[in-house]
Amino acid sequence: MNPEFTRNHFELFGLPVAFALELEALERAYLDLQSRVHPDRFASAGESERRVAMQWATRANEAYRTLRNPLDRARYLLGLKGFDTGEESNTSMPADFLMQQMEWREAVEAGRAGDDPAALEAVRGELAAARREMQALLARALGGDRNYEAGCSLVRKLRFLDRLEEEIDDALEAASEGRP
Amino acid sequence: MSLLQISEPGESPEPHQRRLAVGIDLGTTHSLVATVRSSSAEALPDGEGRVLLPSVVRYLPDGAVHVGDDAKARAGDDPANTIVSVKRFMGRGVADVAKFGALPYRFVDAPGMVGIETAAGLRSPVQVSAEILRTLRERAEQTLGGELFGAVVTVPAYFDDSQRQATKDAAKLAGLNVLRLLNEPTAAAIAYGLDNASQGTFAIFDLGGGTFDLSILKLTRGVFEVLSTSGDSALGGDDFDQAIAVHWRVHHGLADASGKDTRRLLVAARQVKEALSTQEEAGADVTLSWGQQMHLKLRRAEFEHITAALVQKTLGPTRKALRDAGLKPADVDGVVLVGGATRMPHLQRAVESYFGREPLKDLDPDQVVAIGAAIQANALAGNRSADDDWLLLDVTPLSLGLETMGGLVERVIPRNSTIPVARAQEFTTFKDGQSAMAIHVVQGERELVSDCRSLARFELRGIPPMVAGAARIAVTFQVDADGLLSVSAQEKTTGVLASVVVKPSYGLTDDEVARMLREGFDHAQADRDARLLAEQQVEAAAMLSALRAALAADGDLLSPAERESLEARAASLERAAQGTDPRAVKSAVEAVNRASESFAARRMDRTIARALAGRHIGEVPTS
Repeated sequence: MNPEFTRNHFELFGLPVAFALELEALERAYLDLQSRVHPDRFASAGESERRVAMQWATRANEAYRTLRNPLDRARYLLGLKGFDTGEESNTSMPADFLMQQMEWREAVEAGRAGDDPAALEAVRGELAAARREMQALLARALGGDRNYEAGCSLVRKLRFLDRLEEEIDDALEAASEGRP
Repeated sequence: MSLLQISEPGESPEPHQRRLAVGIDLGTTHSLVATVRSSSAEALPDGEGRVLLPSVVRYLPDGAVHVGDDAKARAGDDPANTIVSVKRFMGRGVADVAKFGALPYRFVDAPGMVGIETAAGLRSPVQVSAEILRTLRERAEQTLGGELFGAVVTVPAYFDDSQRQATKDAAKLAGLNVLRLLNEPTAAAIAYGLDNASQGTFAIFDLGGGTFDLSILKLTRGVFEVLSTSGDSALGGDDFDQAIAVHWRVHHGLADASGKDTRRLLVAARQVKEALSTQEEAGADVTLSWGQQMHLKLRRAEFEHITAALVQKTLGPTRKALRDAGLKPADVDGVVLVGGATRMPHLQRAVESYFGREPLKDLDPDQVVAIGAAIQANALAGNRSADDDWLLLDVTPLSLGLETMGGLVERVIPRNSTIPVARAQEFTTFKDGQSAMAIHVVQGERELVSDCRSLARFELRGIPPMVAGAARIAVTFQVDADGLLSVSAQEKTTGVLASVVVKPSYGLTDDEVARMLREGFDHAQADRDARLLAEQQVEAAAMLSALRAALAADGDLLSPAERESLEARAASLERAAQGTDPRAVKSAVEAVNRASESFAARRMDRTIARALAGRHIGEVPTS
């Protein structure tokens, strides 16, 4: 009884299967689909129709969430091409990135220990710049270059940035709530 | 038995099918019911013209129950049996309610949720809330002249799963068909947005009697998309009353005042707090239980000083919601104030200074939530007209996860995920030959299980013997459009289906709800059967009319044999609905449901295919 999953996320929204994507077109297609399948449209329908509606709305939300975020979109696209980004299993990183990683970590630790939101915000800014750079590389690797191995490596790096940023946000939140 | 419904002209595409639907704001301090009539939403007054029903329930020794103003008037004399602000106890345990300060109730540590010992016996907060909802249901049915098809009941956006489940149980207990649980700030946004045809990003700042919500919404033409929500489900106007009462106790040597005095002090504190919104100084007369009369006073500056920390407490969730939405205060196009507690001037100043703009307060902060709920109820009941086309996308307020080794939380669904949402996570066994796995579902943002709210525990049994790490247990979380969670687990390697669906542990089981319904003193046996039959007949009629429309539109999706079988079941449903046995109608409804499952799926596939075909013309950029 699951909604048919023969269409991939891109096809579900009538979009080309590609990393480059127009966010406005994605949003338009998502809202158009949701306005047809959302359970609110079927609140007074029979139980079977309500269940199908919930499955489809769930599917639409999942597809939209995946495609909207560049990292999730890259990972998903690589999966369609048969590449596993290996974020849990493959922890090897180039030496220069490892160095950079350690510097950021130390800066975050110092900011957290010194209860220094400004320092944490500064690292956050650096991460944002690094992310923009890597996303541009990712777009090239998954676009014209079709270099999926490089794409996997970039996804792993971006994943690291995401996690570090989450830690910074948690530390900032803890600081604003006055807990250690 | 049930009255014919007559709709107003031009309101519905099929006037004869117009259904009575209401929105109910079940508030901490007061509750109200609203509906859409003559294409505008309005709150419904009681026989004496009062719209707001105080959320106060008094239990008398003879079994009588008073709800509203009558109960409120006696709260000072009979505090232990007069339940005020019961919403704060919904889905909460004894340890949670202890945090609310001195309260004049006899709490009982019942499993999952506190109970309150009253003159009429032990009552659960769910039952107390059901009394309020029942009063409003009766008010609506009397005013509208018929049985309700259904209701949208609002909850604070920051309510967790246990509080939502408790609210839904209370509505069922009150005999309401819950069309949807709707988040209060989202309801306010609907009322506000549709009223003003607003576009842009809005912050809804909703400080009620007992709860605080801050939701960020993006309003584009016809779509209300919640970007993030945050809040504190134990912060509200009541805390400001408590602060005043504590201040008086300290300054007038009333530390030992009894339960009656506690309630009297709180009543006086509320009067003074409300007066201070327009006056520089206010006072109230209090007669204490030992006969002493006092005039208790407070200046606005003092009030603002002793409650400054409470005002500050609203800004933490506000910051969090903005950060989750990826926005700064200046990105917000408008701030809407909701809830009676937002009338306090120092709170308004704090909000204005944080966002750098004057908040909008042109809609009655006490009524806006019920109005929004009524508008959604009208749409969900199928009464919307062709030009009334809008869509609501809400989120889950708190992360949902599982306990893993070491008491740590593995997040499965992050907060602010658009609902409905489903996510599966795979786990494996720890020991060779392990045949069962304990699954502990928690809700909250902290890393340790002990800092999060425990929602449910269950065991997956019957895992076939395997070496450690070989089993693949998929745990699936599904949050539906009401924001309610269900969890299932399944071992996948061997194809053995061992799966279980849980209802959170504090929630009432369907049997318990049924038992409470049976015990309802205003439901004589005959009444109950008649009501049950009427409900089933309404359901049958709705289903048959939906099926006929579906067959007319998409009948070609069925083979002649499939169509014949479906029509045969529809015919037996029609026959059953003319009888008097509610169980026969129910099972015929279920039969039609089962028979139409694959038809429903195929129809939805066709809808999607058509949508895609439509989009391919010119809209999709080619690359």
